[in-house]
Amino acid sequence: MIRLDHVTKVFNPGRPNEYAALHGVSLDIEAGKVTVLRGPSGSGKTTLLSLIGCMARPSSGRIFVEEREITSLPERFLADIRRRTFGFVFQSFNLVSGLSVLENVVLPAAPLGEPPAVVRRQARAILDRLRLGPKAAQSVELLSGGEKQRAAIARALINSPRLIIADEPTAQLDSELSLELMAIVGDLKAEGRTCLIASHDSLVFRHPVVDRVVAVRDGRIVEAGADVC
Amino acid sequence: MRWLARQRAFLDFTLLSLWRRKGKNAALILAYALVVFLVASVMFAVRALRTEAANVLAGTPELIVQRMLAGRHETVPESYVATVKAIRGVSRVTPRLWGYYFNRAAGATYTVMAPAGFAHGHGEIVVGPGVARTWLSPVDGQYLFRTVAGDSAGFVPVEALPEDTELVSGDLILMSGADFRRVFGLPEGFYTDLAVSVPNERELETVTEKIQRALPDTRPIQRRELLRTYAAVFDWRGGYVIVLLSGAGLAFFIFAWDRATGLSAEERREIGVLKALGWDTADVLSMKLWEGLTISLTAFLLGLIAAYVHVFLAGAGLFAQALKGWSVLAPRLDLTPAIDPTELLSLFFLTVAPYAVITLIPAWRAATTDPDAVMRG
Repeated sequence: MIRLDHVTKVFNPGRPNEYAALHGVSLDIEAGKVTVLRGPSGSGKTTLLSLIGCMARPSSGRIFVEEREITSLPERFLADIRRRTFGFVFQSFNLVSGLSVLENVVLPAAPLGEPPAVVRRQARAILDRLRLGPKAAQSVELLSGGEKQRAAIARALINSPRLIIADEPTAQLDSELSLELMAIVGDLKAEGRTCLIASHDSLVFRHPVVDRVVAVRDGRIVEAGADVC
Repeated sequence: MRWLARQRAFLDFTLLSLWRRKGKNAALILAYALVVFLVASVMFAVRALRTEAANVLAGTPELIVQRMLAGRHETVPESYVATVKAIRGVSRVTPRLWGYYFNRAAGATYTVMAPAGFAHGHGEIVVGPGVARTWLSPVDGQYLFRTVAGDSAGFVPVEALPEDTELVSGDLILMSGADFRRVFGLPEGFYTDLAVSVPNERELETVTEKIQRALPDTRPIQRRELLRTYAAVFDWRGGYVIVLLSGAGLAFFIFAWDRATGLSAEERREIGVLKALGWDTADVLSMKLWEGLTISLTAFLLGLIAAYVHVFLAGAGLFAQALKGWSVLAPRLDLTPAIDPTELLSLFFLTVAPYAVITLIPAWRAATTDPDAVMRG
């Protein structure tokens, strides 16, 4: 589904603080599977997710999403791919404070121009599925950590993406909530969605739902990880 | 339909965003509305005064003929009446008696006129609303005048002029011709000027030229010139008030510029999140445009409504004196609503458009950066 071909990412090129986050990374992400990028902080996992998720452009190399090269696409097309193909779950949730759970969940759907009533109905269905239905009208600041994580997942699912990208999704969760999250990942996989997770949490990369673990260190893939299933 | 649904979604998010920062945005809207209120009040008042003057002057003669001597206004001999009347196009010539009387006790100057068909008798006067208010200490119900001969002449006010003409009749005193000549020492056979009726507007220029040729020491003044003078006076006063208010306007625009051009870290992060969630630069700019329009339109409408109430329902209390003149006899009048759509449009484009546009600059800067960078930054 995703293919990276000798991808390099250099931040602040030509400046004194130039920093290479990725060095010639090549990787294939298979559709319908759960892939975990494992590695310590600063290893380049988040940068890799950003590039795959069309949130940043590589300094060199090529990236293919469903056989279509996206490396040099204009920003407008990248935004379209982001909203139709990917659902993002961020490490710090990145829920918009001051808005309700439901208002946060419908945010990615705004640019699609679907009738608001339809989008809200879909959002409520997803929230019910993630056991957040009763909290739909509640402000996100009042949610617990686990509820915030589920709200972030609900938001990632609103546009029915084929690939879910999650960056350190258990970083702010205890073990119980982390297991709950992995159970949701299992459900998504069962629906045929592809999941790409960056994590250095053993509870994540050792979880049975995970198909493949890719080890990243110092901006390089040190272990491509065979399919564990 | 899809476009409309998108814009509705952006507008929904904008309103929610504004509500989240309600304290800050309410302060901005209030400051903004205050500036619109001040400028619109001056604009409404000046326009209403101009319209008021035009309405009142509509009943005056098309032409007034004055005699000049050494560049100064001089009395007109009665023989001029026949000369002017003989000009083709002139339907009526009325010699007028009017002048200014300074009342030391009141500290005010009044306009005194002796209309041709003055309905009252010797020793009686008709006064404008401003005269009744300002003339101090009438003796035994009489208004005392000091004549040019140095003696006193007492006049009984028998009628008051209607208040709806106060703009031009506030300081007016009407009396008989004989009384006028006594007070001002004007000999029989001489008048202040001539009021000339020219029914056909197209003949006005020709009649004016003919009068000047026949009576070279005269100065004919057309009604539209008087109107222009009134308009210029009110425009000047309006401009003066606006200059005084420009300090407040400047302070607001510095505040608005600072508010609109700088995004807080929280706002930048939010834009990054929205972009990560699939919004593109145009979507973010649409949302910011709605935000700018919501703030500026709300402030514009609030300021406009407040200005309307202030000027047309509350008599423009804040700066009526400055607009109507600083005279002791500044007219007291209820302004009739008169609004020029072009001026409204100018005010709209001078206030709403700049704010809506400057809010886009920082949003564009944040929205054109990769969402990843915005979120990390």
